[in-house]
Amino acid sequence: MKRSASQLNRRAFLGAGALTVAFAMAPRALAQLPGASGGTAVRPDLPGDLKSTPMLDAWIRIDAKSAITVFTGKAELGQGIKTALIQVAAEELDVDPGTITLVTADTARTPDEGLTAASHSMQDSGTAIMNAAANVRMLLTNAAARTMNVAPETLSTSGDGQIHGAGGKRLSYGEIAASLSLHVEAQPNVPLRDPASYRTIGTSWPRVDIPAKVTGGEAYVQDLRLPGMLHARILRGPSSGTRLKNPPIDAVAKMSGVVKIVQNGAFLAVVAEEEWTAITAMRALQAAPFERTAPPLPQTGVVETLTRLPSRPITVLDAAGGTAVPVRTIKARYTRPWLAHGSIGPSCAVAWFKNGEMTIWSHSQGIFDVRRVAADLLGLDIENVHAIHAEGAGCYGQNGADDVAADAALIAHELEGHPIRLQWMREQEFGWEPLGPGMFVDLEAAMDDQNRIVAWRHDVWSTPHNTRPNTAGGVLAGWEVTPPFKAPEPQPIPMPEGGGDRNSNPLYALPAMNVVYHFVPEMPMRTSAMRSLGGHMNIFAIEQLFDELAASAGIDPLDLRLAHMTDQRARDVMTLAAERFGWSARPRGDGRRGCGMGFAQYKNLEAYCAVMMEVEVERETGDYRVKRAVAAVDCGQAVNPNAVANQIEGAIIQAISWTSREMVTTKPTHLTSFDWGSYPILRFSSVPDAIEVHIVDRPGMPFLGTAEAGQGPAGAALANALAAAIGVRLRDMPLTPVKVKAAIGVI
Amino acid sequence: MTLTLNVNGQTRSVEADPATPLLYVLRNGLGLSGPKYGCGLGQCGACTVQLDGEAVFSCLTPLAVVGERPVVTVEGLGTGEAPSVLQKAFIYEQAAQCGYCIAGMIMRAQALLDANPSPSDAEIRAHMEPNLCRCGTHMRILRAVRRAAGSKNAETEAVR
Repeated sequence: MKRSASQLNRRAFLGAGALTVAFAMAPRALAQLPGASGGTAVRPDLPGDLKSTPMLDAWIRIDAKSAITVFTGKAELGQGIKTALIQVAAEELDVDPGTITLVTADTARTPDEGLTAASHSMQDSGTAIMNAAANVRMLLTNAAARTMNVAPETLSTSGDGQIHGAGGKRLSYGEIAASLSLHVEAQPNVPLRDPASYRTIGTSWPRVDIPAKVTGGEAYVQDLRLPGMLHARILRGPSSGTRLKNPPIDAVAKMSGVVKIVQNGAFLAVVAEEEWTAITAMRALQAAPFERTAPPLPQTGVVETLTRLPSRPITVLDAAGGTAVPVRTIKARYTRPWLAHGSIGPSCAVAWFKNGEMTIWSHSQGIFDVRRVAADLLGLDIENVHAIHAEGAGCYGQNGADDVAADAALIAHELEGHPIRLQWMREQEFGWEPLGPGMFVDLEAAMDDQNRIVAWRHDVWSTPHNTRPNTAGGVLAGWEVTPPFKAPEPQPIPMPEGGGDRNSNPLYALPAMNVVYHFVPEMPMRTSAMRSLGGHMNIFAIEQLFDELAASAGIDPLDLRLAHMTDQRARDVMTLAAERFGWSARPRGDGRRGCGMGFAQYKNLEAYCAVMMEVEVERETGDYRVKRAVAAVDCGQAVNPNAVANQIEGAIIQAISWTSREMVTTKPTHLTSFDWGSYPILRFSSVPDAIEVHIVDRPGMPFLGTAEAGQGPAGAALANALAAAIGVRLRDMPLTPVKVKAAIGVI
Repeated sequence: MTLTLNVNGQTRSVEADPATPLLYVLRNGLGLSGPKYGCGLGQCGACTVQLDGEAVFSCLTPLAVVGERPVVTVEGLGTGEAPSVLQKAFIYEQAAQCGYCIAGMIMRAQALLDANPSPSDAEIRAHMEPNLCRCGTHMRILRAVRRAAGSKNAETEAVR
């Protein structure tokens, strides 16, 4: 790598610099959905986010010295998107990826590509950059042809950033670009490079961000240090729906090193010169009792809690068909509790209000929304708010990122001239972040006497999976200030992406399918997007019912799936996983060992993923471990196979953790899971002995989102493997050793 | 009050209350970004540094107990330009996703390799148990530690 990632980050931190943005920002779509572009499609004929931002210089600039800068509205969340986007740009520009500088989500510099979420970045931004780069290479070639006075067809590129002609003639991109305007709209259907001659795409080029992360470089918003920066801590009750009662503000304000107590309605923060002073002051204020301001938290299970609340039925599928007579019906209910995102680094933001302008550095997935929220909260003109993405710890959906950004902006607004760094404490992240919704699924399926599935009914219940903010009414600070901002009415995410109903429509070819999403708008606990949304729960249920049907028919679970699958790419990943796992010769359930599988195409739109697992159970205690997991994934053209494998490996481990041991716990007054002791996640001793990921090679095929493709299949594979091992099926997450032991009974 | 610390081989003076956890002095007083605040409770290991060769939670270690015993952070192992054997192994294995836990992982693993140049897989897992990763990069972290242990065996010089 020729470029220092820490230099890149430093530049990103420091903001716009000399570059100005020449392209007109397209008006924003009114209802922004996860993964959707932030702008209106002004050129629907163009691929990816070129639809909303068609100007080439919004994406790619080349200076006279051939320095190439690529711009994306997507953000690095640890998924490796920076590296993949650089590879895509390098491939279609036909240059060394090391010569490219990438600028990520920044309201002053990059296109508004909406949220970095829902595994959309490669298809939205990757596709846009790929085609923008091909356009730029074509324009460079045509301009070189004019200069050399030859036909463009006689010119070629060879990966060195130069246009080559006959007889050794050549021009560098910089020489050509000096007199070439890229402030033009992209053209559709510009020829792309032949996948057979790819130089960069399809190679596991090392991630650009890793060297700084392993050597202590300034890689995160948490590491940002600005001149005169002060440290803030926020004061809240133990969890959402609580507040402190009469905290000793006057006494704490007098503590040495405390600069200011910021108070606005119920919003309360302490600002100090030193971080430890801010924490000490916060702890002193927290000595006050707290009170609940929202209705008591339900102490019932997920089914009772959700069915007691008003719900809106949304028909996902209502397909009747087939005349076969069902001979066997299976009905089952599957549940998932509320889950925490559990970022290792509590959310953090830095905000700086000076000369009437607010700059916010945030690890939010929606940096343009951070800007909108702050402008709304503080009554600032949107042009006077600049939001810059800086990495944080992995978020896996909407954690505290957006809230802490608004908190920091509100504090900085009260302390003009001082950069404010605010990081939430561990228990604040657990207590105040929106949770992954508790859910349940009722499934019923029937088979005929030929073991064909002839009826399928799926009812899924959930609170909202999208309460991402784009006004002050969507963040904690907005609800606390006087007068408070009103929270918008939560809306379901429509299919085909879906929210709670994501992946509730099986990809299998079934003659009759009836799927209903019971959308519960009221949230006893604040919920929003968590990686794969309803996909984890729905696939957990569907893939288990397939195993239950297979068992009732006495046929192999893989065979039952293949018998009902017509999509060849789906069949390919299942078959590949089976080959590599040794499915046909797998250990059969003997009370201690068992194997299971799970499959889904994420949203029925993105990557195909099959996961197989072998578990080993200690019958005496119910304790169990995944011995090995094998996954096969088809994500279209894999830009960086190692990064794809990294995402799927992570999905498998994260899904094992969610499915086996995680659950938010409550008392009527507050959440009682507030740290890693009360909310345990998977540790080294419990991760599998081995995980293999096999990637189906699809040269030149469209990118399919990968980062959330493994969660559903992995959760289902675990449940199926456990059922195969112990001979009893567990349908209520978390699948804890206690439940396993209870199912096994006395031995 | 003024306290003297020995950090990454250098003697450093800091102005701080002796009750301040080492983490905040390393990050804010000395400008080191490697040790991270993760929980402040000694439950996640993001703040792990070596103190006298042992892996410790810097978020729980008050300055008063540090004294002049050597403190090593991930910055003390190597740099982006000249990474240590262990850091190189993490890069080779691409053993990070978000990476927030990784500096702590490296420091805990370094303490193991310093004490036991050829740990078994079981020893590596047991040693790494206190540190959490939420992205699910565990398999790669284990491979990186194994790789570094292998390199160490092949070399006569110390890992650093």
